[in-house]
Amino acid sequence: MNVLVIDTSNFPLAIAVMNEDEVIAEMMINIKKNHSIQAMPLIETMLKAANLAPKEMDRIVVSMGPGSYTGVRIGVTMAKTLAWTLNIPVVGVSSLAAITGAGRHFNGLVCPVFDARRGQVYTGLYQFENHGLVAVEEDTNILMDSWIEKLAERTEKILFTGKDIAVFWEAIQNKLGDRAVRSALTENVPRASEIGLAGMAMEPGEVHGLVPNYIRLAEAEAKWIERQQQGKVND
Amino acid sequence: MTQDTLILGIETSCDETAAAIIRNGTEIVSNVVSSQIESHKRFGGVVPEIASRHHVEEVTLVIQEALDQAKIDIEDVDAIAVTEGPGLVGALLIGVNAAKAIAFAHDIPLVGVHHIAGHIYANRLIQEMSFPLLSLVVSGGHTELVYMKEHGSFEVIGETRDDAAGEAYDKVARTLNLPYPGGPHIDRLAQKGQPKIKLPRAWLEEGSYDFSFSGLKSSVINTLHNAEQRGEIIDAEDLAASFQESVVDVLVTKTARAVKEYEVKQLLIAGGVAANKGLRQKLDEIFGEMDGIELIIPPLSLCTDNAAMIGAAGTVLYEKGKRADYGLNANPGLELR
Ligand SMILES: [Zn+2]
Repeated sequence: MNVLVIDTSNFPLAIAVMNEDEVIAEMMINIKKNHSIQAMPLIETMLKAANLAPKEMDRIVVSMGPGSYTGVRIGVTMAKTLAWTLNIPVVGVSSLAAITGAGRHFNGLVCPVFDARRGQVYTGLYQFENHGLVAVEEDTNILMDSWIEKLAERTEKILFTGKDIAVFWEAIQNKLGDRAVRSALTENVPRASEIGLAGMAMEPGEVHGLVPNYIRLAEAEAKWIERQQQGKVND
Repeated sequence: MTQDTLILGIETSCDETAAAIIRNGTEIVSNVVSSQIESHKRFGGVVPEIASRHHVEEVTLVIQEALDQAKIDIEDVDAIAVTEGPGLVGALLIGVNAAKAIAFAHDIPLVGVHHIAGHIYANRLIQEMSFPLLSLVVSGGHTELVYMKEHGSFEVIGETRDDAAGEAYDKVARTLNLPYPGGPHIDRLAQKGQPKIKLPRAWLEEGSYDFSFSGLKSSVINTLHNAEQRGEIIDAEDLAASFQESVVDVLVTKTARAVKEYEVKQLLIAGGVAANKGLRQKLDEIFGEMDGIELIIPPLSLCTDNAAMIGAAGTVLYEKGKRADYGLNANPGLELR
């Protein structure tokens, strides 16, 4: 199974070409540049390097969020359109999975974190079982302080991953002490092949139905719902 | 006999997800538009984030439908034409990236199209163009006079300095508590009212083909406010008629002057406001009988955003050898040239 993996969900761009037996080509660029300008040319370059034509692909795997709304949409749009037009399956995987690899041999849980500003994060809680990634807590959008409180109730060791951990590390250590471990510089950047590995194990859904997992409502929608509820209370 | 050119057009610049197949730049083989207007109504206007979310849900379905209705395979398409700007950046990105994905998967040429060039080329689906020509583009986002000396050549000789005509309509409609989108409601009221209320017309400097509607909009709002404070009631139909007359007067007068100065053979009307009855009546009255000039107003379905127009404009650019590479990006501020 030849798989093309696309991750444009956050600041870095990560692409991989792989199959069940090996990672054929993988690239990550951690420079702020528009994904719309950079992603498709990089996909072209990497398939060429891998000696594969688009029509030789058997599956597309894409990180479907959480992350930057625009970034996730670029990846999901490319992935679902490629899959649809090549008539192959597409699988959406949590973008947090791209930074969980450091936890594969860790005796405990993995907590990947993306900063979502104003003290909030996109995060989840994962565990590896026979090298396979399993979600312990579903991806969520939460205040980091509340998340740490929640994690403090558990007993396992937790490996925190992602570059944004730097922002919260003190708070994490204060609450969790020795139970908290932090990934290294090289483990903080997304690995498209991790997304790919997870995506190869998953059952593809209907191509047209693939949409990003934003986790959050659009701001206008959230405010509209709020107004509706206030209206009801006032009535 | 030369072979047909089939172009897949894709348009996602605002709140319509659209795809179409165009033959030889003049014939619609299929034309699919999925409108989001119902989901934006409750917000009183298009919410960019929500528009982008809808586009991702719809884009492949709409393209599939366009191919199915045309009874062709993607491999039959000679090129893909996609709106690269102007518009909402997040919305444009969906069409651009879908287009690039298809182009890459099948090694099909890719052409980026200016949205306004598309609106103008909607006319070619009705009537072959003859040059030189002038196009009056009026929509929610644009008010422009565009001169074309030949295919694919666009010279903007006048444009709005503040609000687009359609924008002024929507804002005035909001002041009158009419639902979104307000244009058709104002038009409907205006048909019943009398233009009795004196409202300004922004002619700008002598000889200028530019437009300005923000002063007019403020004047309407002030008129309503002042009346309210005096306890008077302004007839909404008369106010709508007066507002519409002011807009149409400026649009048509400036257009008529440009038609003479540039000695054009055709006058093409483009954009959503071309559906406006008041504007259509006045245009017909002035240009319908005018010697040496042909007035073309496309049907409503081709005035509002669609991908057939992008396919039509894209055909000309494709034939002229214009190509985009896989680095093609959304360009919300793209200039027409
Ligand atoms: Zn338009």
